Amino acid sequence: MIELDKVSKVYPDGTEAVKEVSLEVGKGELCVLLGPSGCGKTTTMKMINRLIPITGGKIYIDGVDNTKMDENELRRNIGYAIQQIGLFPNMTVGQNIETVPELKGWPKAERRKRAEELLELVGMDSGEFIDKYPGELSGGQSQRVGVARALGADPPILLMDEPFGAIDPITRIRLQDEFLKIQQEIRKTVIFVTHDIYEAIKLADRVALMKEGQIVQYDTPANLLYRPKNEFVENFVGGDRALKGLQLIRAKEVMTSTPPTVSADEKAIAAKQRMEREGLDSLVVVNHDGKFLGWVNKAHLGRGDKVGEIMSSSGMTATVNTVLNEVLSLMLSQGLENLAIVTEDNKLQGMISFDTIRKALAEATQRRQAE
Amino acid sequence: MRRYVVLISILALLLGLTIWITNLEWIKEGVYRPFTRGDILNSTISHLEMVLIAELIAISIGIPLGILVTRPGFRRLATPVVGGANVGQTIPSLAIIAIMAPILGFGLESAVVALFIYGLLPIVRNSYAGINNIDPAIVEAAKGMGMTRGQIARKIELPLALPVIMTGIRISTVITVGTAELAVLVGGKGLGTITLNGVLTLQPLTILQGAAPTAALAITLGFILERIESWMTSQGLKIKAEIA
Repeated sequence: MIELDKVSKVYPDGTEAVKEVSLEVGKGELCVLLGPSGCGKTTTMKMINRLIPITGGKIYIDGVDNTKMDENELRRNIGYAIQQIGLFPNMTVGQNIETVPELKGWPKAERRKRAEELLELVGMDSGEFIDKYPGELSGGQSQRVGVARALGADPPILLMDEPFGAIDPITRIRLQDEFLKIQQEIRKTVIFVTHDIYEAIKLADRVALMKEGQIVQYDTPANLLYRPKNEFVENFVGGDRALKGLQLIRAKEVMTSTPPTVSADEKAIAAKQRMEREGLDSLVVVNHDGKFLGWVNKAHLGRGDKVGEIMSSSGMTATVNTVLNEVLSLMLSQGLENLAIVTEDNKLQGMISFDTIRKALAEATQRRQAE
Repeated sequence: MRRYVVLISILALLLGLTIWITNLEWIKEGVYRPFTRGDILNSTISHLEMVLIAELIAISIGIPLGILVTRPGFRRLATPVVGGANVGQTIPSLAIIAIMAPILGFGLESAVVALFIYGLLPIVRNSYAGINNIDPAIVEAAKGMGMTRGQIARKIELPLALPVIMTGIRISTVITVGTAELAVLVGGKGLGTITLNGVLTLQPLTILQGAAPTAALAITLGFILERIESWMTSQGLKIKAEIA
């Protein structure tokens, strides 16, 4: 557990970067420090591992004042990932990940095993990457290694300073999803700094919105969206609150779990009859294992014999954990009426249509208003 | 591969030229005695000796000095030290050598001290730049993970700065081989004695007997140092250089 008690940072020239910030982050919680640049969020984070010396107040880690601990020992027990990643270019990916275990004196074989596990955890093939150098990695791969390195010695606490900041939006969304999945498994106490409200809402258990060195509101993402404490919060959240609220809903909560399917081997005429009979515009095409293949709609019919020949195969899918605004964005960008929800090995689990999203949005808004 | 061919051709040309002149019969019969193979070999050795002594001192002072001014607490010395090194470099080598004679008198010491001072500059400058130009995010990450200052220097900063520092040593050495030609003016030895003799006697071929081996020596030392640099540099940095 991390506790900040009236923490301040005043620089010698009199600048007050952080003013009496108090904050409690429970064990296993993911706390996002959110705010415009210059609001003191990074400074606050860096005082936790003492990269920036504190000038007022106290920071307790599991009840112990962090200034009473050995500085390096403290840092070795707190994972640290930054936007610029800062991988050591003279060391291999494996050596990078083994940095803290090595500092802690783990035996070599154990370190190596840990590096392999962590690479797999962040979705990289350890055999392929462990002996590569950072110079050979793409931006997304480097970020993954950065996260793996932060987890090196299995620290109970993670500090992350915009770790997914410098990558393209698609990779960023994927890394966020993966990180959430990892976090559900490993349950670290995480302090995550970002200026991106979408990222904050998506990842946080609680968000501390900061302004000019102070916390304006420390709350759950839903409360930040629907119960802003003052005008600053309202403005920071922005007018499209309803859309941002979609970040709070995952596909599994609203999807149609038994979508109308048709096998690719079936006759097109049978599909047509079924659509007419049940009043459907389209059917999901699956193979004999229940794996998603594509869509067939009325416009396709009459062009061929089998469903498999006439369907439009679309690679675009989402998983049960995809948040609704990403589902919507995928549908809009691909011009799809429906999006298939599939498992990791592409098995159909459900589907989401525009109508599903509209209903979910209406319900959420109603619920918030009722509260 | 192509570079090796060019390098070896130039070396062969320079050495061939030297040997050819040494063996010319008509020069041997003339008024002026050409330098023999033995003379040239001895001069080359004493030339190399001056260069190596000066370089060893320059390296052992220049690298620590260049690194020292990147450390917190000494950083305010960086501007005078590096600025001084830059200004020093603009002084003609002849001037530095000439200044030494009235100060230290004529002899090998004056020559070596002058060469050391002149050779110090690229080493200080590159050692400073090598450490100072490391991406601060890399050092911050290292610090944030709990590396001590010594560990950061040993495992991160030095390996990353090494190619730049080695380049400084190489530049310094090559320059010093050339500057050492002038050592003869303050009582030093080396190939400059042959070159100067040629100048005074107006014998172009004698000048070449001193100049060609000097050039060959500079090229050879430069090449050896480049190989050492490559051998010492982390594989990871070479990959990065290739991509960039």
